[in-house]
Amino acid sequence: MNAPALELHDLTVAYEHRPVLWDIDLTLPAGELVAIVGPNGAGKSTLIKAALKLVKSLSGDVRFFGQTLREARHRIGYVPQRESVDWDFPVSARDVVLMGRYGRLSWLQRPRRADHAAADAALEAVGMTAMASRQISQLSGGQQQRVFLARALAQEAELYLMDEPFAGVDASTERAIVDVLRRLRDNGRTVIAVHHDLQSVAEYFDRVVLLNTRLIAAGPVAEVFTPQNLHKTYAGRLTQLDAAGEAMRTAVQPSGASGPAPGVSILGANAAIEKGGA
Amino acid sequence: MNELVRFITMQDGPNRTVAIGVGALGVACGMVGCFALLRRRALLGDAVAHASLPGICLAFMLIGERNLPLLLVGALVMGVVGASVIGLLHRATRVKDDALIAIVIGSFFGLGVVLLSVIQRGPSGNQAGIQGFIYGKAASMVRADAITISVVACVLVAMLFALFKELRLVTFDSDFARGLGRPVRALDGLILAIICVCTVIGLPAVGLLMVVALLIVPAATARCWTESLGTMVVLAGIIGGVTAIVGAGLSAVLPAAAGAGGSTWPTGPMIVLSAGSVFVVSALIAPRRGVIAGLVRHHRAKRQILARVRAERVGAGAGAGPGGAA
Repeated sequence: MNAPALELHDLTVAYEHRPVLWDIDLTLPAGELVAIVGPNGAGKSTLIKAALKLVKSLSGDVRFFGQTLREARHRIGYVPQRESVDWDFPVSARDVVLMGRYGRLSWLQRPRRADHAAADAALEAVGMTAMASRQISQLSGGQQQRVFLARALAQEAELYLMDEPFAGVDASTERAIVDVLRRLRDNGRTVIAVHHDLQSVAEYFDRVVLLNTRLIAAGPVAEVFTPQNLHKTYAGRLTQLDAAGEAMRTAVQPSGASGPAPGVSILGANAAIEKGGA
Repeated sequence: MNELVRFITMQDGPNRTVAIGVGALGVACGMVGCFALLRRRALLGDAVAHASLPGICLAFMLIGERNLPLLLVGALVMGVVGASVIGLLHRATRVKDDALIAIVIGSFFGLGVVLLSVIQRGPSGNQAGIQGFIYGKAASMVRADAITISVVACVLVAMLFALFKELRLVTFDSDFARGLGRPVRALDGLILAIICVCTVIGLPAVGLLMVVALLIVPAATARCWTESLGTMVVLAGIIGGVTAIVGAGLSAVLPAAAGAGGSTWPTGPMIVLSAGSVFVVSALIAPRRGVIAGLVRHHRAKRQILARVRAERVGAGAGAGPGGAA
């Protein structure tokens, strides 16, 4: 068995006075699709950013494949939130994807033929070949997300950290992204993604991390993605939905590991109401 | 007109000096300005420019004579101090960036004006042309100044070209760059340093009140015409260089042409106005990002939608018509 893709020990992060992540201990094995799930402000994005040292942590030790960030950097791909950049910036989709190759290039080095080939392959994988020379503001939200994903693919990493890759994308883009993620997993890669839609967790992911400042639970979806754990994760915010919670409990438990299809649709409804109320 | 052409084609000795100096300045500022514009640092250049005045004054008080390179070193030091104060206050307080920039511009410039009056009262008696740094005085540029400006401009432009890929990466997506392990703070600092140097070498020619326009206007103009950063940088350099030379030429030639009674037309403002008019025209007529193109696009889309609505209405009417008749 290989070293785990990501290990966090005693990770604590605070913004000003407010703790965002509280003493997180987490080990995620390689070769799986992992969802990080939790209410707004639960520290999901912060977990990814703290692991990559994009935000400062008060304490904690982070290992990727048993290595430090510095040693493992070239093995890690990162997909930031789409809103984090100015999409009116004067670059083409291909330029952005080519940035995924910069980790292999020195400061003064121009992209080589192999880098251009890798960028083109990544664009192809997300179905954006036809859009490659478009300036990025001329792309739809879903296409922009695909470009970000293609840039990460061009990194040819072993572990991908993705901040809400499904946020605000259309149905066809969502399917395209899921296909890409599955192909990555089938090639032995690991994907850890912040995910908002409870309804699709069981369908898309192998493993789930339930987070609300503290780590509530982490493990295979079939074992961990239970009504009890979700109640703990969305504590307080779901109290008015106890009736719905009761319904999903009865729906999930008999079907067990094989796929709680009727239950998740109720979960999805819960999540929608919770979002609206927050 | 002939005289303007003679200036622009650099046919007279003293004019050639000025034209080369402001031209090199315009090219460097235009290119650097692209990164300032896209990294949302447009006003930071203004803060650096204003913060440089106390630096010039202090340098003059220390060395006691008007030695341009040393005065500019003083300007650079205080400019960097001003920018650092903004950075420090940004981290230490909750005051927003635009307010911090306003605070630094006002207080550093105020300090500079106070020091200026101290110099005036002091033993050296006059202000030794330090006031020229406020509005700029390109006509007083000597050969050595033009050479200094040109050399610095060449170094800056060479750095931009060599590091273009990294600067574009950091300017577009600094988080991703950090994820790749790039020293983003160092690269950001480098961009800031280049902006500072550009601002400071522009002070003698266009003055601290207007030098920010030299950085931003050509970049904003170039952005109207292109969707590629590489093209934008080259275009901004050309626009910056040409408008600087034309502006300086106009200021040198106009008094004779317009018979303005001996008083000269100020160089800095003429340069800035030349660049400004090119920007206004570009913002209006640029093919995709221009105001007119936008209006046309909007109008066309409205007409298309209305035409589709009408077609649907007619189609529905035609479908219902025969049925009703039968």
